[in-house]
Amino acid sequence: MSAVLTPAGDLRLLVVRNLRRESRLVDGLIVNLALPVIIMVLFVYVFGGAITTGSSGLDYIDFVVPAVLLMSGGYGAALTAVSIAEDMSGGMIDRFRTLPVGGWVIPAAHVVASLARNVAACVFALAAALLLGFRPNASPTDWLLVLAVAAGYVLAMSSLSVLWGLLVDSSQAAGAFSFVVLFLPYLSNGVVPAETMPPLLRAFAHHQPITPVVDTLRSLLLGLPMGSSGALTAAWLTGIVAISAPAAASLFRRRTST
Amino acid sequence: MTLIHSTTFTDAVLVRGLTKSFGSTRVLDGIDLTVPTGSLLALLGPNGSGKTTAVRVLTTLLEPDGGTVTVGGHDVAREGAAVRRMIGLTAQQATVDELLTGRENLELFAGLSHLGRRHARRRAQELLERFDLVAAADRRIAAYSGGMRRRLDLAASMVSEPRILFLDEPTTGLDPRSRAELWSVIGELLGSGTTILLTTQYLEEADRLADRVAVINGGRVVADDSPAALKRQVGTERLVLRLSRAEDAPRARSALGEAGAGADGGDREITLAAHGPDHLRHTLNLLHDAGVAIERTELRSPTLDDVFFELTAVAA
Repeated sequence: MSAVLTPAGDLRLLVVRNLRRESRLVDGLIVNLALPVIIMVLFVYVFGGAITTGSSGLDYIDFVVPAVLLMSGGYGAALTAVSIAEDMSGGMIDRFRTLPVGGWVIPAAHVVASLARNVAACVFALAAALLLGFRPNASPTDWLLVLAVAAGYVLAMSSLSVLWGLLVDSSQAAGAFSFVVLFLPYLSNGVVPAETMPPLLRAFAHHQPITPVVDTLRSLLLGLPMGSSGALTAAWLTGIVAISAPAAASLFRRRTST
Repeated sequence: MTLIHSTTFTDAVLVRGLTKSFGSTRVLDGIDLTVPTGSLLALLGPNGSGKTTAVRVLTTLLEPDGGTVTVGGHDVAREGAAVRRMIGLTAQQATVDELLTGRENLELFAGLSHLGRRHARRRAQELLERFDLVAAADRRIAAYSGGMRRRLDLAASMVSEPRILFLDEPTTGLDPRSRAELWSVIGELLGSGTTILLTTQYLEEADRLADRVAVINGGRVVADDSPAALKRQVGTERLVLRLSRAEDAPRARSALGEAGAGADGGDREITLAAHGPDHLRHTLNLLHDAGVAIERTELRSPTLDDVFFELTAVAA
């Protein structure tokens, strides 16, 4: 194998390892396959009848699909913190360190594996939505952009999650990140219209990253005008990745150097 | 000042004046070790004696505070990458992936050692055969017994055919049969020219495998000799005599004369070095003549405690 291909080969081996691990954990499968469907059913049938979509005038299922997509992909992405914390606290990291593997490859493999699994989880959530009566109005280009935004969101959450997993010492503490990711969409324009919230929460909802991401997905899926949310989404997601990925790589190097 | 030792390439591991502290706790307090190429050194010591810390420094996982450590001719602090290319490590904590099968683990580590895909697959198969794991190759590690897990861990350390192997308490927690199996695997590795440094809490294990035993306690090497010489120093079996009445103890000690004077133990127990059946008969006769009633006699192998008792008694 040529020297240039070595990190790519290492990355591939470690991504396969991580995907194998996740596919053999029962809770991993539940998170990726069942959770998206459960959340979708819960919102459409349990909350759907009681929540109004305010001035948008949308059916609740059409309104809530973007938020459910982000919860489905984000929750699994947040669990990446647990995977890397387990590697760091168990003996595996000692084995990796005695092998000639580049420092950034191990955290990067966790991010790439998470991206593959959790974009798939978003697709499951979308399929469930279509079965439950979601009627999108999107062109093929829109669909590609939906996929790109979902992948960008999962990538951003996975990078943050790896950073968090490297900052804390135990896998229990690492798990706490998933609550943040799961609950942040409630405080956005995703589950209920932000205009119905008290002023303080409304201000928070308008300025946190989930709201532009939800708005972007909603306009792409339903063929509504985009406004500034597309640019805001791109800025937020690029910013999060640009800061958290190098930070995670440098923290990993520091924690594994002697 | 430490003596200047002549350094030759025939020493696979050379440690001089190694110190390491965690905060204000000095874990290694000036360790000297030498492992000639192709030999096995056992680092014998109780929990907390500094064995694992020493192994982690020697395998580049921890930086030394002071002293020099050379492994395979390379300095661990300055040439870590060169050292890592020559060594294998089986740490105390399992360093294999529980959720993968034995074969998947070995293929992963072979791949990460850059053997190439086909070569990696062949190497994994060879190691499974060598460590008697073919039947369990496609089962997940979570379903392995303790002995199988250690063998797989050892196989994983051998993926890149290291010339120097570090084994941190390889048999702790194993049943006697798994321990014997692992001993024979270690013997084979030694036979094929691998240099091995292993840590252990068992005198028997050191005796069985090692060319040389370094006894470590409180971060210092308190003895460094051949197993035979160490055993001569510690004595062979221990004879434990339990008296029926505590008040007989002074009389029993004086009846045993010189042997009794060196004996230790509680009120009703006298422990002394045993020297075969004649010595046992003689000892019991002496006590019988002195009117000392014996409730129970027991012969036991010298323990690590005995070793430390003897060695620290010599040092004092």
